Amino acid sequence: MEPLAIVWFIAIAVLWIGYLLLEGFDLGVGMHMIFSTKDERERRVMLNTIGPVWDGNEVWLITAGAAIFAAYPLWYASLFSTLYVPLTIALVGLIVRAVGIEYRGKIHTERWRAFWTWMIGLGSLIVAFCVGAALALTSTGLPIDGNGDRVGGPFVWLTVPAVLGGLAIVGFALAHSATFLALKADGGVRERAARFAAVWAPLCLVPAAAWALWVQFANGGGVLSWLFVLLAVIAAVVGWLSARRRSEGLAFTGYAGFGLFGAAAVFTGMFPVVLPSTIDSAFDLTVSNAANSPYTLGVMTVVAAFALPVILAYQAWSYWIFRKRVTPGMIPDAHIVLPAVLRADRSGARGDGVAQQG
Amino acid sequence: MDVLDLARWQFGITTVYHFLMVPLTLGLGMAVAIMQSRWVKTGDEKFLRMTKFWGKVYLINFIVGVATGLVQEFQFGMAWSEYSRFVGDVFGAPLAMEGLLAFFVESTFLGIWIFGWGRLRKGIHLAALWCAVIGSWISAYFIIVANSWMQHPVGVELGADGRPVMTDIWAVLTNSTALAAYSHTILGALVVAGMFLLGISWYQLWRRRRDGIDTVDATGRVIVGENTDLPGRDRTDHGVWIWSLRFGAIVAIAAFAGTVVSGDVQGKLMYEQQPMKMAAAEAACHTGSSFSVLSLGDPGSTDCTKVITLIEVPGALGFLGTGEWGADMPGMSDLEPQYVDKYGATIPDEAVFGDRAGSEIQYVPVTWITYWGFRLMIGLGGVVALGGIVALWLTRKGTVPRSSWIMRLALLGIVAPFAANIAGWIFTEMGRQPFVVAPNPDATGIDGVFMFTAAAVSPGVTAGEILFSVITLTVVYGIMLAIELFLLVKYIRGGVAASMPELTARREHGEDTGPDAGRDDVLAFAY
Repeated sequence: MEPLAIVWFIAIAVLWIGYLLLEGFDLGVGMHMIFSTKDERERRVMLNTIGPVWDGNEVWLITAGAAIFAAYPLWYASLFSTLYVPLTIALVGLIVRAVGIEYRGKIHTERWRAFWTWMIGLGSLIVAFCVGAALALTSTGLPIDGNGDRVGGPFVWLTVPAVLGGLAIVGFALAHSATFLALKADGGVRERAARFAAVWAPLCLVPAAAWALWVQFANGGGVLSWLFVLLAVIAAVVGWLSARRRSEGLAFTGYAGFGLFGAAAVFTGMFPVVLPSTIDSAFDLTVSNAANSPYTLGVMTVVAAFALPVILAYQAWSYWIFRKRVTPGMIPDAHIVLPAVLRADRSGARGDGVAQQG
Repeated sequence: MDVLDLARWQFGITTVYHFLMVPLTLGLGMAVAIMQSRWVKTGDEKFLRMTKFWGKVYLINFIVGVATGLVQEFQFGMAWSEYSRFVGDVFGAPLAMEGLLAFFVESTFLGIWIFGWGRLRKGIHLAALWCAVIGSWISAYFIIVANSWMQHPVGVELGADGRPVMTDIWAVLTNSTALAAYSHTILGALVVAGMFLLGISWYQLWRRRRDGIDTVDATGRVIVGENTDLPGRDRTDHGVWIWSLRFGAIVAIAAFAGTVVSGDVQGKLMYEQQPMKMAAAEAACHTGSSFSVLSLGDPGSTDCTKVITLIEVPGALGFLGTGEWGADMPGMSDLEPQYVDKYGATIPDEAVFGDRAGSEIQYVPVTWITYWGFRLMIGLGGVVALGGIVALWLTRKGTVPRSSWIMRLALLGIVAPFAANIAGWIFTEMGRQPFVVAPNPDATGIDGVFMFTAAAVSPGVTAGEILFSVITLTVVYGIMLAIELFLLVKYIRGGVAASMPELTARREHGEDTGPDAGRDDVLAFAY
């Protein structure tokens, strides 16, 4: 086995774990925005906890996808074409969510805000579910033939592991973001998030645990992957106990640790297969048969070895800049945009309605 | 329509749409960075206002570009899995480099810039914007490298399984096609930004005159006034718009001049690397050296009797292609047999081609598109440069004329460079057909490395799935475009005060008693 192919399997796992841990709380905050408060100022508190960082977090997804293409083009081609429908839906979710985060505060009418709150929330839900389903399927298998093409219809991917993986990421995002909000917000948002982390979060982590175990039993996981499962369980318990004691930092660390070790258990459990075929194991895509040439992998290794530490450094710096809790008092009042036009044209202001500020 | 046609429409629609946002992001970002630098250096309030206003408009546009860019990253694998398998050893690398070296920088530092007002020292806050803008320019470079490899495959050799294997990343990154196309793309983006600044600033200055704020004396020189009833419509406001307008005009004119040079370089490379595309751009049926100004009839025909060239400049085509006046350029009717000879007359009888195996290959691109796309790009570019010169002359006395139709023309001028950009891309991508990876007859290209578009599509994906994606994305994109335009219009009509709440607060409450006064640590910006 080409050593660089193993390096790139690890690099891709790191990129996906980075994505799940960082965008995990962005997606969860989006979902919490729908159901955990009706107060506009509190919704804005929630949105602004992720405001400066969400876009940088999303790049982990794009880079993870591009890294699969750059290191394992056969994996990229088979996985993405087989999952055509769920990935299209995920893209729509990513689009409406991103635009919603940026546009929601640009106009202050009730309808405008409500529309974008739903777009952000549903978009986050869809993205979490579809990404979870895709990752679960690449670890448990898809019906692909010898060329790596899908056998069966557009919905052949819709199986128990797919739904389990979808629920796993949705649940993880909800739990992870509750501890994030408890750590980053203040006021009612913080209180409710802390309660969610103590009461409902353990339930949210069950599908993720089931997926990790599924991969272990299906592939006869080795010592290392079982070790990760054990660490994940310990981290979840520590997180839960800390959440009950309102130790917010440790609760966040605990649930994040569950995500880290749980994902590590899945990746080590599936290694060296990157996409099993449910038709014939001879068609499995592995780190050996799906990988690029040693030259290309070498070039990418140099680039990643330089870039990843730098990325971690400046992203950490951005979290440091915005380390303060977002309090309701920090949210500026709504600013009504009027046309800078004299005389009758100012009636154009009607469309903006009356500012509703919680 | 079969899977291939649908997949091509899908890629075309999503890519053209994405590229509506991209040039404005690239060009306007640089403009805003320059404005903020001027503010930090001079402390002139005018530049702060420009940074806030144009920065807001920049962000409204930026986010739709980012959101639709995600589709681009995914759809190679989704709809073009055979392409991804074929080119994977070389094509994925620039995409991954884009993420690791550019897109992370762009997104992270833009977040720092947006929320960093009032929290970071001025110099550091400015540096964050520069990082984001330079990140977006580097990002564009890697994407152009990937695209240019499809036009001119370099740095590879044919592997044992018939797939290209990368042997020289440096050759891929310094592909002559990429260097020329990148310059052309960046300059085209600057033309877009220049005209955007010009058109909107023109509207604002016109508005100030119409509302009786600015007047002119007997010699036509501006007398700057103010209206305290309108937030932001003070004397500084005039400086904001006249500076933006003249800066925009100069950028547009200079960048257009640059595109003439970069376009000329591209033309000469195209003559060597993709002679059929060059011939199709000219609807050049016969070999010859005349540049067609206007051809009618059926310019795509290789039956030369059907092409009627009404106006032509003898010798000019030779200059465009080789730099030598009157040099002969190969025509489509002479090139086609060479292509048939080298790459076959019919689609090979292989599994990847499915039903398309055995059908005749059309080596001549859809020539009315390449011919008119090429001319639209150049023509609109010329119109823009001319408009920029006229604008500079008309505003030499410090404001714009009161004429509302000139104002409308200035706003309409914003559309021209967008259309020129799109026309240029449609020309170069359609001109490459029937190949997705074009074979190159010149010495630097690897002639054996090529791929028919017909072989690139995902074999396992059904037409229904792609149709679903075409419809869904077109509808979503249409709605997003409508919302973006609505917001842009709203924030543009609001003038600087729309993007600087403090201007309204100052007017209504005096310096330090705005609505947020008395609360500590209110965010300068929040979603």
